[in-house]
Amino acid sequence: MADVKKIATRESYGNALKELAEEFPQLVVLDADLAAATKTGVFKKAYPERHIDCGIAECNMVGVAAGLALAGKVPFVSSFAMFAAGRAFEQVRNSVGYPGLNVKIGATHAGITVGEDGATHQCNEDLALMRTIPGMVVMCPSDDIEAKAAVRAALEYVGPCYIRFGRAAVPVINDNPDYKFEIGKGTVVREGKDVTIVATGICVDSAIGAAEKLAADGIDAEVINICTIKPLDEELILASAKKTGKVVTVEEHSVIGGLGSAVCDCLSEKLPTPVKKIGMQDIFGESGSAGALVEKYGLDAAGVYKSVKEFL
Amino acid sequence: MNNLELQKRANDVRKGIVTAVHSAKAGHPGGSLSAADVFTFLYFEEMNIDPTNPDMESRDRFVLSKGHTAPGLYSTLANRGFFPVEDLKTLRKLGSYLQGHPCIHIPGVDMASGSLGQGISAAVGMALGFQMDGKSNRVYTLLGDGEIQEGQVWEAAMFAGFRKLDNLVVIVDNNNLQIDGAIDEVCSPYPIDKKFEAFNFHVINADAHDFDSLRAAFDEAKATKGMPTCIVVKSVKGKGVSYMENNCAWHGTAPNDEQYAQAMAELDAIAADLEKAGEA
Repeated sequence: MADVKKIATRESYGNALKELAEEFPQLVVLDADLAAATKTGVFKKAYPERHIDCGIAECNMVGVAAGLALAGKVPFVSSFAMFAAGRAFEQVRNSVGYPGLNVKIGATHAGITVGEDGATHQCNEDLALMRTIPGMVVMCPSDDIEAKAAVRAALEYVGPCYIRFGRAAVPVINDNPDYKFEIGKGTVVREGKDVTIVATGICVDSAIGAAEKLAADGIDAEVINICTIKPLDEELILASAKKTGKVVTVEEHSVIGGLGSAVCDCLSEKLPTPVKKIGMQDIFGESGSAGALVEKYGLDAAGVYKSVKEFL
Repeated sequence: MNNLELQKRANDVRKGIVTAVHSAKAGHPGGSLSAADVFTFLYFEEMNIDPTNPDMESRDRFVLSKGHTAPGLYSTLANRGFFPVEDLKTLRKLGSYLQGHPCIHIPGVDMASGSLGQGISAAVGMALGFQMDGKSNRVYTLLGDGEIQEGQVWEAAMFAGFRKLDNLVVIVDNNNLQIDGAIDEVCSPYPIDKKFEAFNFHVINADAHDFDSLRAAFDEAKATKGMPTCIVVKSVKGKGVSYMENNCAWHGTAPNDEQYAQAMAELDAIAADLEKAGEA
């Protein structure tokens, strides 16, 4: 276990921007005084003329990005999820979503793994907020490989996209030759027949760990990685739910409005199935290390294992 | 276009505003009328636009940051030939493309707007994009004087001043009235010119209803290099319709049939006077 490669998806984000800059000459990157933290600093260093620091003014930054898109640029707006999706929500809705502009939002420091900064900066609501905007693509990659693939996919796609990245280093789990990324497509990372665990972001790794523990108890869990929360891969979820008859969702986000809600929206209409939603249970986070927080709030493999056992 | 021609067009724009809002039984006539001459000057004289090719890449851009005065923009676009004047009567009606606030799918509309404070940021972004690419497109945005109470306006102004966006012109329609009353009684933004100066804008004060004054201001803006320009235009809310002038009750109210008839009679009388002036 100790030799598993770990990298924070925010690092992947910055690296991907730099790697894709030549291929996408209209790409520009905006920050609000957080380039060092959002990891777009590597892009800024390589392409200073294409990096725009807007200062600590996220609402204006989103509007400037809208204008840049109208002038033919492909802007990536970077900030913490709390400020990109939270503070600037209405700008994202009215200046980007409503006119359907080709603006990409790279939101880092999402969820409780922000850690020591505490609840003011731990955004557990961004997926819910972004899902409500018509036409918005919402992605939450699980590791370095998926994060880079999501950035490329966002650049190839024409229209508004929101991508959620984390602060803490997480294991690389998609490092296999068959891996391919497509907006709106989930992947079955482990096949099973007794229960479906649908996870997103850093919780995919927890779900895989939980499935291994469940296997030791004779429970055969299917694990689905949903990177694109909107549009949701309903076909994949419905097929799995039909097979297992029980669904658990896992996300580093409020159980209100995120992946769990998206899965329930689908299942309740098309295939009513019992669902257990694992996530932040309508509470704020707190200061602590990322690892300690994930453990306390039951989002690590042990926590997911425990919740699934109780559910079954 | 000479001043008399511009005055005639502005009067047509005003008739379109009153007709649209009357037909919709809702909308914002006061701030549309106060800005009617500015709209007219921009679309009939100042901006590089082509009604037969609304998406022309080299066109100048306009963002109506005070989006609630959509009837003013729509009437101007219609009178300029972007879409039929007759369509103004569909304003705000179900199925009409003339939405209550500007929508990007309307021919000639460069950006959706209406949530106050947001349009200026989009205009700033456009100006930055053109500057980065060395393009000559100019960007204009019109704000209300009440609108500048929004904090985002000053985020955008700080950015534009810092970035030296000399292809950007911010126009503030200073009619001194907002929904709850006079702007200096609600939450005064004065001195407006000094504030924009402090944000590194070249500031010009002009008369919103005098085409010589507007022409001089926009020419000065074009000649200004190394900083964005802000033109503060002193205007009369409801200008052109006697009972609407300087009355904040007409910010967001539609005239009834009788009031509409009176407004049109007043504007027809102005039109007749302008015709006579042309013959003399």
